[in-house]
Amino acid sequence: MDDFFTISLLVATLRTATPLIFAALGGLLSERSGVVNIGLEGLMLVGAFMAATGAHYAGDPFVGLAIGVGAATLAAVIHAVWCITLRGDQVVAGTAINLLGLSIPAFLTQRLFDTAGRTPTIDRLPTIGRGLNVLVPVAFLLVPIVWYLLFRTKPGLRVMAAGEDPRATESVGINVARYRYACVLASGALAGLGGAVLSIGDLSFYTSNMTQGRGFIALAAVIFGNWSPLGTLAATLLFGGAQAIQIQAQTTGLPISTDVLIALPYVLTLIAITGLFRNSLPPAGLGRHPTTG
Amino acid sequence: MGRDASGKARGPVPVRQPDAVATGVTPVGVRLGAAARSGLVSLAAIGVAMLVGALVIAVSGDDPVLAYRALLSGAFGDRRGVAETLVASTPLILGGLAFAVASRAGLFNIGIEGQLFLGSLAAGLVAAYGLGGAPAAVHLPLAIGAGMAVGAVWGAIPGVLKARTGASEVITTIMLNYIAYRISAFAIGRDDLLPVNPDRVATDPALPGARLARILDGTRLHAGILLAIAAAVILWYLLFQTTTGYRIRAVGLSRGAAAYAGISWGRTITVAMVLSGALAGLAGTSEALGLQGRHYDQPPGYGFTAIAVGLVGRNHPLGVVLAGLLFGALNAGATEMQSTAGTSKELVQVLQGLVILAVAGVAAAERFRVGQWFAARFGGPRAGRAGSDRASAVGMEPDLEPRAGPPAL
Repeated sequence: MDDFFTISLLVATLRTATPLIFAALGGLLSERSGVVNIGLEGLMLVGAFMAATGAHYAGDPFVGLAIGVGAATLAAVIHAVWCITLRGDQVVAGTAINLLGLSIPAFLTQRLFDTAGRTPTIDRLPTIGRGLNVLVPVAFLLVPIVWYLLFRTKPGLRVMAAGEDPRATESVGINVARYRYACVLASGALAGLGGAVLSIGDLSFYTSNMTQGRGFIALAAVIFGNWSPLGTLAATLLFGGAQAIQIQAQTTGLPISTDVLIALPYVLTLIAITGLFRNSLPPAGLGRHPTTG
Repeated sequence: MGRDASGKARGPVPVRQPDAVATGVTPVGVRLGAAARSGLVSLAAIGVAMLVGALVIAVSGDDPVLAYRALLSGAFGDRRGVAETLVASTPLILGGLAFAVASRAGLFNIGIEGQLFLGSLAAGLVAAYGLGGAPAAVHLPLAIGAGMAVGAVWGAIPGVLKARTGASEVITTIMLNYIAYRISAFAIGRDDLLPVNPDRVATDPALPGARLARILDGTRLHAGILLAIAAAVILWYLLFQTTTGYRIRAVGLSRGAAAYAGISWGRTITVAMVLSGALAGLAGTSEALGLQGRHYDQPPGYGFTAIAVGLVGRNHPLGVVLAGLLFGALNAGATEMQSTAGTSKELVQVLQGLVILAVAGVAAAERFRVGQWFAARFGGPRAGRAGSDRASAVGMEPDLEPRAGPPAL
């Protein structure tokens, strides 16, 4: 392995890990507050689509970024209302978000641009060198910030209390619903950022289903990282690295089966969640409501 | 295991009064009431989703009435339309049944897509092998059996993992979906070993002896729809007339109460997931052997629509058949809607998402209000049940635990 190869692999890993970090931090916040969020994939797609569409109409990628993040946050409001206020089934609501996140952009691209799921090409976010866009360092900076907020501030500890035992948390006068709303909305914004990285950071357009399961890989990273920010970061780097090696293997013709590399995050997560080599413990209050237990 | 055996010995007793567990009250009136209410929730959800869909059409500048009329005429307007509706319904009914049987045991099977996909791959491979000129009477059952068996294995994995380690099936089935996609992609690339065609990204065509027959001249309607209806009838019998079905439902309604009655939770959810996977595998098999004549390495997405079908059908075989027909009609009519009314056929996918959301919302809102009303009027227990009812539908581990039940087994 020469230096060029190592460096380009490192850069590729940073690039592929970035959308995963954003979405995984979103999933981490939501799950830590006790709300299952399997809708990350759909939220990422909404963010990716609206960022590209916003950038197209506004002519500025940063405006597009804001619109994408805003739209994904709005989509997360649906999840929050369904899961927290209506106390609906959280997995069902997430499934619906995923279907809508896939189909609404497809419907709208047909209507707005008369294409089957693709937006026009737009200007990308600026880069900081080596093709890495400005959001890459933001993603890595967010990890210690989320860690600090969760583990070293009062609201963060309340969030985790709501996720561990909503009833006890409610009984000491903390409004569980309010903290859960905040976390689910934040997960929408973060997943939206992750989606926007793909459409206006790495590429310069939205194309149908462009996340290709990254929302689920992000969810897997949260589990593999045992619901901790640093563990999640490590997992996203591992999964992003596998993806980067796979891309390199395709371009340089390395004798590695790409199918095995693509499947790696899923196999590792499967093993992790079954606790075969280590315990993986979800928040105890995940999916539970303060009033019903 | 020992407790389970004793449960089997006492089989007939619980079978006679399954609804005692379900409602806490006895028989027919309550059951009909619950079924009717269930149906109403689904109808309300479909209505709400169609209204929101109409709004979406109107906002996007088309005529909702025209669009829905075109959708309807595309789905039922002529012989070909009806046939296409049935063709589109077939995998959705089978997938919906797969979702339903897992749900009855309290599990949320998001893995139907992967189970279906691998079932399709296995059936496609077996169907493409010559087998020394085996007759259809041997080859077709073999191919169908392979599809169902592989689907069942892919369904058994999350079942066993949950039974043994408590791993959430929501996560494991999602992971297994993606692993299934890679297995198919890998298999399709190995034309040195398998009867596949990498250039067409598919298996070799199924031999004539391993195909499901076309059953209506001049249309694509194939015998898969008959398999789907038969599966629905068998599943109804299994769920509501046998001890196995009783165990599945009892475990789904209350793991604690079922354990107290000597029913093994781990074994029962594994059985439910095997059944679920086999049905999903059959859905893929019917597509490969009936509609396409081979397995294409392109995940069809039916596994996710099947969740909507199961939810709208309230996890009852009859409801699932009706919901499958509804969603099949939406898919079949979409093309005509796009050509006549100019509304993108992607709207159908939007409608499916809206229906899922509406089912979750309407059911939750209804339970929420009814529960509170009962609590205010008669005191706690009903409200408590409303909560635990929701919890068992989620399939989340902590909620399935009995609060103050018998000692752990």
